[in-house]
This record gives sequence, C-alpha cells and structure tokens, in this order.
Amino acid sequence: MYKLVLCLRYLRTRYIALASIISVMLGVATMIVVNSVMSGFSHEMHTRLHGIMSDIVMESHGMNGFRHWEEHIKNVKEVIGDDIESITATVHVPAMLSINVRGQWLPRHVTLVGIDPDTYAKVSDFSKYLKHPENRSAVSFDLKENGYEAPTESPLFSAGWNHRREKAAYEKELRAQMKRFQVFEETGRYPNEIIISNQPTPVAPPQQPNPLRTVNHEEEVPIIPPHANDADAPPLPGAVPAELLINQEESPYDVANKGADRFSAARGTLKTKIYDPMHDQATGIILGIAIGSVRQRNAEGIVKDYFMVLPGDDVKLSFPTSSSPPQIASDTFTVVDFYESKMSEYDGAFAFIPLDRLQQLRGMIDPTEGTAVSTIQIKLKEGADLQAVVNKMRATFPPEVFPYRIQSWKDLQGPLLAAVEMEKTILNILLFLIIGVAGFGILATFYMIVVEKTKDIGILKSLGASGSGVMSIFLWYGFSLGIVGSGVGMIMGLLFVVNINRIAGVIEWITGKEVFDPTIYYFREIPTIISPVSIAWIVAGAMFIAVLASVLPALRAARLHPVEALRYE
Amino acid sequence: MSKTSSTQQDFALQAPGDSGSKINQHGLRGPHIPVEKFESSADKSDKTNPNVGHLYTKNLVKSYHKGKIEIPVLRGVDFTADEGRITSIIGQSGSGKSTLLHLMATLDAPDSGEIYFENNRIDNISSRARDKMRNRDFGMIFQFYHLLPEFSTLENVLTPLMISNGMWKYWSQRKKFRQRAEDLLKLVGLGHRLNHRSKELSGGEMQRVAIARALIADPKILLADEPTGNLDRKNGDEILDILRKLNRENNLTIVMVTHDNSIAEQADSVVRLCEGKVQTA
Repeated sequence: MYKLVLCLRYLRTRYIALASIISVMLGVATMIVVNSVMSGFSHEMHTRLHGIMSDIVMESHGMNGFRHWEEHIKNVKEVIGDDIESITATVHVPAMLSINVRGQWLPRHVTLVGIDPDTYAKVSDFSKYLKHPENRSAVSFDLKENGYEAPTESPLFSAGWNHRREKAAYEKELRAQMKRFQVFEETGRYPNEIIISNQPTPVAPPQQPNPLRTVNHEEEVPIIPPHANDADAPPLPGAVPAELLINQEESPYDVANKGADRFSAARGTLKTKIYDPMHDQATGIILGIAIGSVRQRNAEGIVKDYFMVLPGDDVKLSFPTSSSPPQIASDTFTVVDFYESKMSEYDGAFAFIPLDRLQQLRGMIDPTEGTAVSTIQIKLKEGADLQAVVNKMRATFPPEVFPYRIQSWKDLQGPLLAAVEMEKTILNILLFLIIGVAGFGILATFYMIVVEKTKDIGILKSLGASGSGVMSIFLWYGFSLGIVGSGVGMIMGLLFVVNINRIAGVIEWITGKEVFDPTIYYFREIPTIISPVSIAWIVAGAMFIAVLASVLPALRAARLHPVEALRYE
Repeated sequence: MSKTSSTQQDFALQAPGDSGSKINQHGLRGPHIPVEKFESSADKSDKTNPNVGHLYTKNLVKSYHKGKIEIPVLRGVDFTADEGRITSIIGQSGSGKSTLLHLMATLDAPDSGEIYFENNRIDNISSRARDKMRNRDFGMIFQFYHLLPEFSTLENVLTPLMISNGMWKYWSQRKKFRQRAEDLLKLVGLGHRLNHRSKELSGGEMQRVAIARALIADPKILLADEPTGNLDRKNGDEILDILRKLNRENNLTIVMVTHDNSIAEQADSVVRLCEGKVQTA
C-alpha cells in the first residue's frame, strides 16, 4: 500500500522527474506523428501505385509481344479462374510523343499503352482518374464536346470540340494570312481575295474518322508506299492486308478506281479523305496530366496547372514497330482526355490509345497467326491471395518454357514500396533511440531522487519495509511516469496528427515557406492514418524504457543499508 | 496499572487485525506477566541461558570499517531490557550506544554475539522475518524524528500499517486504521494537527508524531534513540512524560539511548556503555 501512496506522492511533488519524462513524451508524440504520416503516405502511395495498374501483369520479355494470347487467357482462367475478377490484354511500347506548343515541337518520352477500353477499365482504376465524367463510366476514345472536370478558370474546363474548332479556325486563318503574305512577296501586292478556298464547310456532328488512313489536310495525294511495286519487299509497317478489314463497315479502297501499282490494281486506290480538324479527329489518345501540363506556382504563389496540350489538340507519336530490326512508325492522335492518378510517376509516363490501332501501326496483326499483345493484365477478386496467384501462374507458365515475366503490381513497384517501408523502419528505430536517450535522462533523475530520499528509504526500512518493497516504489514510480509521459505524448501526437494540415498551414503562414509542396507530391494535403496497433506498441515501448531506466536506481534503493541511510541528518 | 485504565477510549492500542488474546499475553494492554512464568518459557527454549528479559544480548561485538582501518564499536556487550520497564543506555558519543540499539532493532547485524527477543534468537534470522519484526514487534523513535516529508501527520502515523497490509486489506480497514491513528495522535497531544505536513510542525510535535507512529502497530518494545536529543528541556520533558505514561499505563517495554544523565536516571534501570563495553555501575 505504502508503495502506491508514496509513488503517487512522489509523482505529485517531484517536478524534476516530470521534466525528465518530457523527452519521453516528445519522443512518443513524434513517433506517433511520423508513423501516422508515413502510413498515410504509404497507403496513399499504395492506392496510387496500384491506381492504373492491374493486380497481376504477365508481360513478354520482348517488345514484339506474344501471339496466341487468347489461349493464354484461357489457360490462366483454368488455373486461377476462381480468383479472377477480370482480365485484359494490352500492348506496351516506349514512344516519343511530340506536342506542338506555339509552333515548337516538344518531345516527351512516354510509355504507350494500347488498351481495349471496355476490359481495361475493369482491371484497374484507370477510368476513375479520367477527367471527363462520361469517360469514367465508359472509357471512349472519342473527343467530347466539353465538360472536362476542372476549375472554371482552368483552360481544361473549356477544352473539347469547342477548343478544337476554335483552334482549327484560327490556324486556317493563319494559313490564309501566310498565303497572302507569300503572294505579297512574290507579286509585291496583297491579293484582294484570300486564295485558299474558304468555302463554308457543312457543319456536321463529329464523327469517327476512318481509323485506317487519315491524310494530312495539306497533302491530298494518297501515300503510295515506296516499294509497293517490289514483289519481294517485306511487309510494310502499318500496311494492313485487306482480309483483316473485312469487318470494316466501309472499305477504305475505291474498288472502281484501279491504280497502277500492285496493291491498287488488286484492291483499287485508297479513297482519299480530307482530314479537317474542324469536324474530324484522329485516333484518340489519353494522356497523363503531367505529360501535357506543368504544375507551377504563379506569381501570387498559387499552384496552377499550365497546359501545353488540351483535349482537342493533335499530337504526334513515334514508336518502334514490331519488325526486326524495329522501324519507326508514327501517326497523329487527338488528345481526348487526361488521367490524373495523382501519382506523378504515372501521370508523367503513360499514354493510352486503342489496342487495335496500336497493333495495326506496329504491325502486330498477322493474317495467319492472329494478333499479338505484349501484356496480359489480371484483376483479382477481393481477398484473393496475390502472391499465391502469382506463384500458381508462374507454375503454369514456367520461365524455362515461356519468355514471360509474371509480376504482381507490388513486385513492379517493389523498390519504391520497399524504400518507403525501409524509411519507416529507420525512422522508427531512430525515434525509438530518442526515447532510449530519454530513458537515460530518467535514470539520472531517478538516481538523484534515490540519493535525495536516502533518509526516507532508511526510515521505511526501519519501519519494516523490505528491500523489494522499497525497490518496487521506484519501479512503480518509473512505470507511472512512463504512463504519464507516454499518455500525454500519445494525446499530443494524436492531436497533432488530427490537425496536421492546419498546423502545416500555420507554419507556412509564419515562415512563408510551404511545408507540404503539392507541386512535388500531387497531394492536396498531408495524408495520415492512425493505426491503434502501432500506437499501442509505441506506448508500450516507452513505458518499458521508463521502467527499465528505473531498475538501477530502484536496485540501489533496495540495497541501501538502513543504518547508513539513517546516520546522517 | 489496572486493566480498566488501559482500556480508555482514547488509548485503544489493540492491533486492529489481531485478536485480543495475543496482545494480552505479551504486551501493552494485558496485565504484567509474572517473571516466573516468563522464566519457565525461557527454560523450555534455552535452559543454559541464565538471562531473562524481553530483549537481551550476549557478548555482542561490532566494528566498522573506515577504509582499511577497523574501528571496534562494541566489544562484547551483554545487555538486558526487562519486560515492562524503561531501560536507558547512557554513554558518551562513540561509546556504541546507538550501534547497540540498531543491532537490537535488527537494522544491522553483529560481527559476533547473539541477540534474543522473547527468547528467540533474532540476529541470524532471515531478512524477511527481520522486516516483519521491525514492523510488528519494535517501535522505533529517532533523535531526528525521521518523518516522511511527503506525508501528512496522519499518513506518517499510518505508515507501518501501510507497510504491513496489502493494498486491499488496508483499503478495507482504512476507517479503523484512521480512527486508531487519530486516537494515538490525540494521546500524544496532536489531535488538532492531523493533516499538516511534517515541515509545518515543530520539533516537539514531530517527535510526538514519531511516537504515535512507533505505537500504531502495537509493538512489544519501544526503542528510542536519543528521543529528546534535539529538543529543548520543556519539550524533552513532555516526550519523556509520554514515554513514562506509556510504560506505566500499558506496561510497554522501553529501551532509551541518551547521553544525558538526568534523563537516563529517570529510567527504571540504567546501563552505562563506555568504549564498547558495559560499565558496571
């Protein structure tokens, strides 16, 4: 009984001990804050890393991909069918994207992904991050009239067909002006009329252009492949045999109009179609928002997105074909949407176009063997064991036989996730060391208290208190200080975590420096997750250290000789 | 020294947890146990021992070490404190009187020699048994009062009971204990200062609290180390009056160490220590 009473009394009267516990308190608070923020970060990163990725990716080592992918899908379904939510095939290829910004071509390195919009949206959260609300429910590569989700002052808000038509009209006007200037240079006077035909084009609703062949509006001549007459010439990239086009609603060839070369003699010359940006779009492409925009702080210090390209603008893509050695294929695409996964690595890396179009352009369609894809992506059902499924798939497609890499999204982002985990572990160790240092503070303080209380210990012993009883006074004292320290620390830490964004705001206001820069992290605010288990561990650890630090002084107190202790006044 | 006088309301010294019979046999409230009876019990345990008494020592030797030098303090002390009497130990500073008291209170162990309490040897028993004895059988009073500064007057008095009782036991009997402590404080004349800290008390008051604390566990013997040494004449006399009253009314055995002849002579018997040996009067 006296142990408890005395220990409580000491707790109330020895402020120096409370001061020594402040370091434990701060250590606990810091650990809780750091852990919560790190967990929040890593959770946010997990969801974002996972964001546009499927759970399992089975990709070929080569760039040319693999054929018979339908059979592979069948095999996969046989092996792990119960765990599959959905499955899709894609083509991944590195590509060079060129954006025309005020007459300058800006190159951007991207990973071009050919997707089947329906199934790809089901294997990943890709569609959730799209900027146009309609695309979120059903991904489409058609340019939308307007309605992109953005702040009203952002140019993205008014992008779409409106933007495209305005830009086309402007460019047409510009060309007319140039022509007039040219005439002026040649003849010494401006023409009275604009020479370029400016007939009003019939305003037709936007329609899907011929996906096979769009001809630049400036060249109205059909492109005839240079070796078209050479019987031994290898198949050209992008040249699609007509058999594969049977399903096309409209044949691109004008059968009536036989041409001179071998191709056009057989199938007729290509129908020419004038690509008019006023009401035509090229194949749609969905870009990561960081590819087409820069997030910067303006003069007032407000973070804003500056767009170099908007939905409705045309971009050019160059990428290797699947032939060996690879050739460069390139084509024009119309940006139809952005995705913003808020993971800058992804937002600056991927561009999506329709799978069939990419297969065509890369020459991955073989009339006899079927099409090739480079990747099969699988989404698992909720609760399926990711690693177990990966292992099963690896057993089904042994690396000795199949040149495929089968990885879960965690494997793909392994280094990053491991780095975050590592960071968390190291921070925890360092912060726990701080609490350990605080433990030595407690030890020193306690030792002083024992020395100060020498006489009292002698009195207690002369009244019949045992050595272990006296010892337990100080152990209880350490324990209760631990409770106070870690309890207050816990409350402080939790309060800090709950109000972290407000605190960041206050620090920003005082120092004028942004604590959490959204241009770097793509988070609007600091994410936090409070994990009760880790808090319990931290508190238990701090209390353990407090008790441990009081063991030595307590032992000394227990061993004090009562006569020695009582001798001096 | 009738039974009725000791059962006054304001001086209820019966141990709370104990039955009255044990108390009556040994101590405070019961009638003086005749010497013959005591001898007969002594004969049973140790026939060769001719000494009788509540507490006695045989040939106690104790020396302290200061570095390599050995300083002998006690060189064979035979001391007897008779039951129900006040025995005072007198001697100059360094004569070993405090050491003798500490050895008898089992706060320290002798180099050689034996200490008997109720004819049981107590100098070689386990530390746990010694702790228990100090708590229940001995009441200690010191020159410098030795109160716990964190505790109020009342809590200081209750300390021995807090030590001997576990938390639950103490909690369930706290009212009884508190009543008893208040009664004891009234007895020593401090009924009005129950909740003062020891810092707020005068020396005489502190010593009264110490006496009340020594009495709360209903001890069989009171060991006082210069109880008046730090007090003025008037306060010292009052303390001595209390001690004499306790001895007279409750038949409490008291051993008192002092260096003051006039105080020592108020005792029933006086033992003179000189350079670690008992001086024959």
